Amino acid sequence: MSTELFFQYFSAGITYGFLYAIVAIGFNIIYNATGIINFAQGEFVMLGGMTAISLYPFMPLPLAIVAAVIITTIIGALVEIIFIRWLDNPSVLRMIIITIGLSILIREAALFVWGESVRSLPYFNGNSISSINIMGANVSPQVLWVIGVCAVMVTILSLFFQLSTLGREMRACAANRLAATLCGINTRNRITLSFMLSAAIGAAAGCVMSPITYSQYDMGPGLAIKGFTVAILGGLGNSMAAVAAGLLLGLVESFSVMVLPQSYQEIIATSILLLVLFIRPHGLFGNKDTAALKEF
Amino acid sequence: MLRIKNLSAGYGRLKVLRNISLHVNQGEIVTLIGANGAGKTTLLSTVCGLLRATNGEIYLQGRDISRQRPERIVASGCSLVPEGRQVFAAMSVRDNLLLGAFVRYRAAKNKRRSMDLKPVYQLFPVLKEREAQMAGTLSGGEQQMLAMGRALMAQPALIMMDEPSTGLAPMIVKNIFSIIRQLKDKGNTVLLIEQNARAALRIADRGYVMENGKIIVQGPAADLLANQDVQRAYLGQNVDNK
Repeated sequence: MSTELFFQYFSAGITYGFLYAIVAIGFNIIYNATGIINFAQGEFVMLGGMTAISLYPFMPLPLAIVAAVIITTIIGALVEIIFIRWLDNPSVLRMIIITIGLSILIREAALFVWGESVRSLPYFNGNSISSINIMGANVSPQVLWVIGVCAVMVTILSLFFQLSTLGREMRACAANRLAATLCGINTRNRITLSFMLSAAIGAAAGCVMSPITYSQYDMGPGLAIKGFTVAILGGLGNSMAAVAAGLLLGLVESFSVMVLPQSYQEIIATSILLLVLFIRPHGLFGNKDTAALKEF
Repeated sequence: MLRIKNLSAGYGRLKVLRNISLHVNQGEIVTLIGANGAGKTTLLSTVCGLLRATNGEIYLQGRDISRQRPERIVASGCSLVPEGRQVFAAMSVRDNLLLGAFVRYRAAKNKRRSMDLKPVYQLFPVLKEREAQMAGTLSGGEQQMLAMGRALMAQPALIMMDEPSTGLAPMIVKNIFSIIRQLKDKGNTVLLIEQNARAALRIADRGYVMENGKIIVQGPAADLLANQDVQRAYLGQNVDNK
C-alpha cells in the first residue's frame, strides 16, 4: 500500500475515532455520576448539528455553533430534570428503558421539526474540495478541525475533573454518592450538571463533524452503538481509555476497507462490541476487580 | 443540641423506629447501643435526612430538621461518619478531607481549606503521612480515621458515628475510642452508635439501649454499665452467680 493511501485511511480513522470517543466520553460522564448508560447520547450529537444548521442562515457560523451547543445543553438539563431527577433509587433496567424512550422521543421530534432531509454545515475553512497535503495524503481542513476541537475538549474535561473544585465534587458523587451527600454536596445538581456537560460535548462534536458526516434526524442510534462499543472497549467510566479505544475503532473501521467490502464496515463495531462483552466485559483498560463491584 | 421527639420511620411498609425520643446535650458523648437490627443505623439515617421520618420531630440547635434534605442538614451542623467508612476510594486522602469542608466554603479559596487541614492532621498524624495516597489503599483503621477526619472538616456542631469499631483490630479500636474521647475534651458533641457496648459506655456520658426500634433503657453511662439487664444482654456477662 502506498504511503498516501495509508495516510488517507489513517486520517479518516482518526477523525471518526475522535467522534466515537466524544460520544463515549458523553456516556462516561453520565455513567460516572449516575451509574446508568444514557442511550440518548447520540441524539445530543444530532441535536447539536441540526440546531446549528437551522441557525446558520440567521447568524455567523461560530455564533450558530455556540448557540446550538447552549441550546442542546439546556435540552440535556431539561431531560434530566423532567425525566430522571425525581426518580428515587431507580433500577438500572428502568433507567435504560427511560433513556431509550427518550432517544426515540427526541428523534421523532427532530423528524417533525427537520424532516428526513440530509443537511450539513458548511466547511469551516474552504469547501468540500479544498485540501491540505500532509505526508502526501490530501486531508480536508475540516479533519484538522475535528481532531483539534475533540482533542481540546478531552484535555479540558480531564483537567476539569482532576483539578477544579467542582470537578472534584463530581468525581466524589461518582465515587460514592452516599458519602458525597454526607459531605453536604447536592448530588442531584451534580447529576444535572453531568447531563449538561455530556450534551454540550456531544453537540460540539455534532457541529464540527457535520460538514464531513452530514446530519440527519436519525443519526443518533448508529453513533450511540459506536460510542457504546468504544466506552465498553475502553472500560466504562474511563475517559482517557475511551479516546484510545475510539481511535482504535476508528482506525480498524477505516483500514478494514482494504480487506472487506465497504458495506461491511458497519458490522465491525457490533462484532467488536460482542467480542469484548464475551471476552473482556471490563474493557481493554478496565480493571476486573473494580468492574466486579459495579452494578452494571 | 439534638432533640428527637416521638420519631417513627421505616422502609416502605416496614416500620423500624417506633416513637423514639432522645436528646444529646452540648459537649456530651451519648452512646446508643443495641443488637443488630435494633434500628440504630436507621435512626442515624433518619436524623441526617437520608430517610424520611413518618412521624415525629428532630430538632438540631432548636431548629426542626426532620423534613430537610440531607445536604441542608449537613450544612446546618450535623455530620455523620457512616457505617463502613465510605471513603472516596479512588481519591487522595487530602481530596477526601477537602471534600469534607465543602459545606463551609463552597466557592471559597483553597488556601483557607488547606489551613483547616491542620487540626485534623494533628488529631490523626497518620493521615498527614498518607496525604497523597489513594484512600482505598489505606488500612481499615486509617480509613476510619479518614472518615472521622472528613466529617470533622465540616466543623459540625454534632458529630454522629455509626459503629466506628467494626472490623478493626482491638489495638486500633482502643485508639479510635481514645480519639473520640479527645474530641469531647476539645468541646465536640458526639452521638456514638456501637456494638461494642462496653467500650462505648466507658467513654460516654450517657447511654440509650435500643431494642426492636424502641428505647428500652436510658441513663448515665455508669449506671448502664452496672445495670444487670444491660450486662446480661449487651455486655456478655453472666450475672446469675452474683
